[in-house]
Amino acid sequence: MYAAEFDYVRASSIEEAISLKAENDDSSLLAGGHSLIPAMKLRLSTPQKLIDISGLDQLKKISKNGSHISIGSLCTHKQCAESEIIQSNCPALSDAASVIGDPHVRTKGTIGGALAHSDPQADYPGATLALNATFVAKGPSGERTIEVDDYFIGLWETALGEGELLTEIRIAINSMNANSCYVKFPQPASRYPYVGCGVSLSSNNGTCSDIRVGFSGVGEWAFRDSGVESTLKGQPLNDSTIASAADKAAEGKTVLNDHFVSEEYRRAMSKVYAKRAMMQLS
Amino acid sequence: MKISMKVNGVDYENDIEPRTLLVQYLRETLDLTGTNIGCDTSQCGACTIHVNGEAVKSCTMLAVQADGATITTIEGLANDGELHPVQKAFCENHGLQCGYCTPGMIMASVDMLKNNPNPTEEEIRHGLEGNFCRCTGYHNIVKSVKAAAVSMKGGA
Repeated sequence: MYAAEFDYVRASSIEEAISLKAENDDSSLLAGGHSLIPAMKLRLSTPQKLIDISGLDQLKKISKNGSHISIGSLCTHKQCAESEIIQSNCPALSDAASVIGDPHVRTKGTIGGALAHSDPQADYPGATLALNATFVAKGPSGERTIEVDDYFIGLWETALGEGELLTEIRIAINSMNANSCYVKFPQPASRYPYVGCGVSLSSNNGTCSDIRVGFSGVGEWAFRDSGVESTLKGQPLNDSTIASAADKAAEGKTVLNDHFVSEEYRRAMSKVYAKRAMMQLS
Repeated sequence: MKISMKVNGVDYENDIEPRTLLVQYLRETLDLTGTNIGCDTSQCGACTIHVNGEAVKSCTMLAVQADGATITTIEGLANDGELHPVQKAFCENHGLQCGYCTPGMIMASVDMLKNNPNPTEEEIRHGLEGNFCRCTGYHNIVKSVKAAAVSMKGGA
């Protein structure tokens, strides 16, 4: 057997999942399982109880909801990649979803699972930072929202509380999010990003009026890059201003160094991919 | 824990430990050893099967998650001894060398052709991104999938 022993239970409602979680200190929620099961096979994760939430159909919808798009946390990467609503209102998210793993992984893996797991080398974090997403979490004390800027707080660590379930991802409908993209330099076997860069950008008469830049895979956890943002904001959009802004990528940030890609190379590639993303939007 | 599922048209019911992976259940409990275990890290695709008509990696799914599902493995593709057109195409185009990745390659290819019956070479290569051939025999694998697409369009 690969994984350590655990008890398995299926939750039939969000409320039941939350109360099962509250009753069991050492429990994990199972959605698509494409982050959790590999971790359990390596016994890096050894929950006593596995609460399967994959049957909660109310969390599998993507819809327009007034001023924002609402994405249920159990939507698969495939759904997010193919959703016309996401493609036209926040293409950075469908870009990211379409390059996660491979077709089989995208069939099973979910956006909520990936964001709750918050692997430093995941794709959604960079894209959701660029899109200024809002996360909806439900827990024993009710529902609350968490802004993306407050969400990624450490290595495999998010602002979600121990007993909370991520139920929804909200992306505002606006022209800036509609002009967004996510580009990535993937590890050729695992397809995790060495560098993943999400950008959303608005312009007025050829001048950058606002920009958000998020990086995945570069640091110990995903971060917004205010150095790139502030260098381009207010500037006319051209090759030279974009190159100057891209040159600030990951400046002052702690950058990963591993046996595949050195810190120096990752920094260089962060600049290249930031530039590509900004060029694509200008 | 009791689970039941339909595998290659046959109903099964078994009592298993919740930590049993779907690929272990198929290979060790049902003795369907056509599905291989390769990398064990969700990357290589040797364990690709169809769960409710979609290609998934059975090493990254618990058997309990497939409770109630309809499953097809490589053993279930042939129809009354007649090989599936994708299996035939792999035979005819030398789409395998050592053969270890083949069951997964074929299951992934069948799923891909269902969604895209007439793929370009580039689409085939992208569609098989989740399946590795460590003999690096990709050239003939792509050729096989192309040939299968043509023969399936011909009403095979």
